[in-house]
Amino acid sequence: MDLGQLLHSLFFDYTVRTVALGTAILGIVSGMLGAFAMLRRQSLLGDAISHAALPGVVLAFMITGLKAPLVLMTGAAVAGVAGVILVIGVSRHTRLKQDAALGIVLAVFFGFGLMLLTFLQQNPDARQAGLNHFLFGQAATLMERDVLVMALFGGAALAVLGLFWKEFKLLSFDREFGATLGFPMSWLEMLLTFLLVIAIVIGLQAVGVVLMSAMIVAPAAAARQWTDRLGLMVGLSGFFGAVAGVTGTAISTLAGGLSTGPVIVLCISAIALISLLFAPRRGVLWTEIRRRRQHAELAMVLKGGRP
Amino acid sequence: MSASLEIQLLAVLVAAACALPGVFLVLRGTAMMADAISHTVLLGIVLVFFVVQDLQSPWLIVGAAAIGLVTVTLTELLQHTRLVKQDAAIGLVFPALFSVAVILISRFARGVHLDVDAVLLGELAFAPFDRLIVLGIDVPRALVTIAVVLIANIAFISLFYKELKLATFDAGLAATLGFAPALLHYGLMALVSITAVGAFDIVGVVLVVALMVTPAAAAYLLTSDLRRMLVLSVAIGVLSALAGYWLARLLNANIAGAMATMTGVIFLVVLVLAPQRGLLAKLVRRRRQQADFAATMLAIHLLHHTGAPTEAEEARIDHLERHLDWQPGYAARVIRHAERLGFIKSIAGHLQLTPTGYAKAQEVLAS
Repeated sequence: MDLGQLLHSLFFDYTVRTVALGTAILGIVSGMLGAFAMLRRQSLLGDAISHAALPGVVLAFMITGLKAPLVLMTGAAVAGVAGVILVIGVSRHTRLKQDAALGIVLAVFFGFGLMLLTFLQQNPDARQAGLNHFLFGQAATLMERDVLVMALFGGAALAVLGLFWKEFKLLSFDREFGATLGFPMSWLEMLLTFLLVIAIVIGLQAVGVVLMSAMIVAPAAAARQWTDRLGLMVGLSGFFGAVAGVTGTAISTLAGGLSTGPVIVLCISAIALISLLFAPRRGVLWTEIRRRRQHAELAMVLKGGRP
Repeated sequence: MSASLEIQLLAVLVAAACALPGVFLVLRGTAMMADAISHTVLLGIVLVFFVVQDLQSPWLIVGAAAIGLVTVTLTELLQHTRLVKQDAAIGLVFPALFSVAVILISRFARGVHLDVDAVLLGELAFAPFDRLIVLGIDVPRALVTIAVVLIANIAFISLFYKELKLATFDAGLAATLGFAPALLHYGLMALVSITAVGAFDIVGVVLVVALMVTPAAAAYLLTSDLRRMLVLSVAIGVLSALAGYWLARLLNANIAGAMATMTGVIFLVVLVLAPQRGLLAKLVRRRRQQADFAATMLAIHLLHHTGAPTEAEEARIDHLERHLDWQPGYAARVIRHAERLGFIKSIAGHLQLTPTGYAKAQEVLAS
C-alpha cells in the first residue's frame, strides 16, 4: 500500500477510518489530560493507572462474560481508581515514598492481571480471545462500537475539563491560593485524577496497558516546550497526541500487523524529541545558541568593544 | 531433583536476588527508575542478540548493564536540561526504548525463543527443560544464571555495605567523606540491570519490579534497621515466591503473575497489621491518645471545680454532656476510661477525683 492509497483509505475505507478516528480520539483526550498530569508532577501516576487497569479488564470479562467496550472500560476504570487510591493512601499514611507506592501498585496489579489472563487462557472457551490485545494494543481491532464508547467517555471527560477549567488551572499552579479562596481543592484533585483514569482507559485497547503511560507524558512534554500558556499547551498536547495516534496506526498498518502500541509510542516520542531539541526559546538548540551569543557579547565587552 | 522442586528453587532464588537491591531502591526513592530499567534491559538483550545470535551469551549481561546505565544517563541528561521534571523524564525515556525493543522483536526475532509474551510473562514453567552440566551436575540453565546474579548482589551489598548505607541515608556526608555517592548510585543501577536481565527469562520484565519493590517496602514497614530490613525483604520475597508457585499450580496460571500477586497480598497484610507502623496499630494508637486526652480533660475539669460551691453540680455525670459538649455515649466511655486509668471514682452519679487524677491534672496544668 503506498501513501496515496493510504490517504485514500484513511478517508474512504470504513475500517481504516474507524481505527484512525479511534486513535485520534485517544490521542486528543490523553494529550489534553496528560498536560495537567505533567504540570502536577503526576506523570508516572499514569503508568501505575494503566498497568493497574489490566486486572480490571480481565475481571470485568470474567464476571460478565461480555467483551462489550463499555463493560471492559468500566472494569478498567474501577481497577485504575483502586490503584490510584492505593498509591495515594500508601504514600500518605506510611513512610514509604510515592515512587515505591507507584512501583508496588503498578507491578502487583499487572502481575495479578497476567495471572488472571493466563488462568482464562487455559480453558478452550474462545470468547476470551483478544483480551491479550490489551497488553500491547491492537488498533486494528477497534470497531465502531469501541470508537463510540471512546468518544462518549472522552467527550464527557473533556466537557468536565472545560467546565472546571479555571479551577483546574488554579489547582495546577497555586493549590494553596485556591484553598484560601475557598475552592474544595481535594475534591477538584480527585476529579482531575479521575479524568486522567478515563483518558487512560479509553486508550488501552489501541495502545495497551504497558505503554499507555507514554501517551500521558510525551504529548504534554512536547507541548510544554512550545508555549507558556496553559490553554495553548493543552490544545497542542491534544493535537500532538492525535497526530501520533493516527500516524502510528497508519505505519503499523503499512508494516503489516505490528502491535500498534509501540509504534504510536515511537511517533509521540519523536515529536517530543523534536520539541525538546528545536522548540523556539526553550529548546536545547535555542538555549545553546543563546549561550554562545551571550559568551560572544561578554567577550566583546571585556575586550572594550561595544556589543 | 524433580521439575516442581527445581521451579520452586528458581522462584526462591529470583525472589531473593530481586529483594536485596530492592531495599536500597525503596530507601533511596528510586523504585520507578528500576521500573524503567527493567523495561529497557530488553533493548539491551535484543541488540546484543542481533550481534551474537545467542540468547545464552554472557554478553547479554554486559549489554543489559550498559543499557541500564544508558537509561539512567538519558533520564538525568533530560532532567538537567530543565525542560522536564524527573518523573516526566523517566516517563519519556523508557517507553521509547522499550517500544524499539518490542518492535525489533516482533519484526526480526520472531520464532527464536524471544517473543513478546515471554517478555511479559517469563517462562518459569519451562525453565527446567533448558539444561546445562555444571561441575558434573545436570542443572537448569536459568538456575546457574540466577545463582550468579544472586551471588553478585550479595557480594556487592556486603562489600559496599557501609558506603551504601551512608550514601542512602546521608548523601551529603558521604560526598564530603569522599565516598562518591554518584558512583555508588550508578553501581546500584548496574546491579538492578543485571538482576533484571537475570530474572527476565524467569519472571518477565514488569514483574521483576514487583519482586524488587514490594518485599522491600513491606520490610520497611516492619523495621528501621538496615540489616534486619535486608533479611526481612528476602524472607518476604521467598515466602511470596513459594506461595505464588502453589497458587499458580492451583489455578493452572502463570507462576510469575501469581508470585507478584502474593507479594501484593503480603504487603497488604503488613500494611494493615505491622506492629508499629501498620494502619491498625496507628488507628489503635490514635484512639488511645484521644481517650487519654479526654480522660485528662475530665480530671482537669473536676480539679477546677474542687472546693467550689458548684462542685456537686459540676461533678454530676449528666452535666458533663452539656459542659464539655460530649455526646452521652462518649461521656460514658471517657468516664470508664478515666476510671480504668485510676483518675476518678464514680459514686452514685457523682465523679470524684482520686489522688492519681489530681496529680495528673496538676501536672498537665503546670506544664
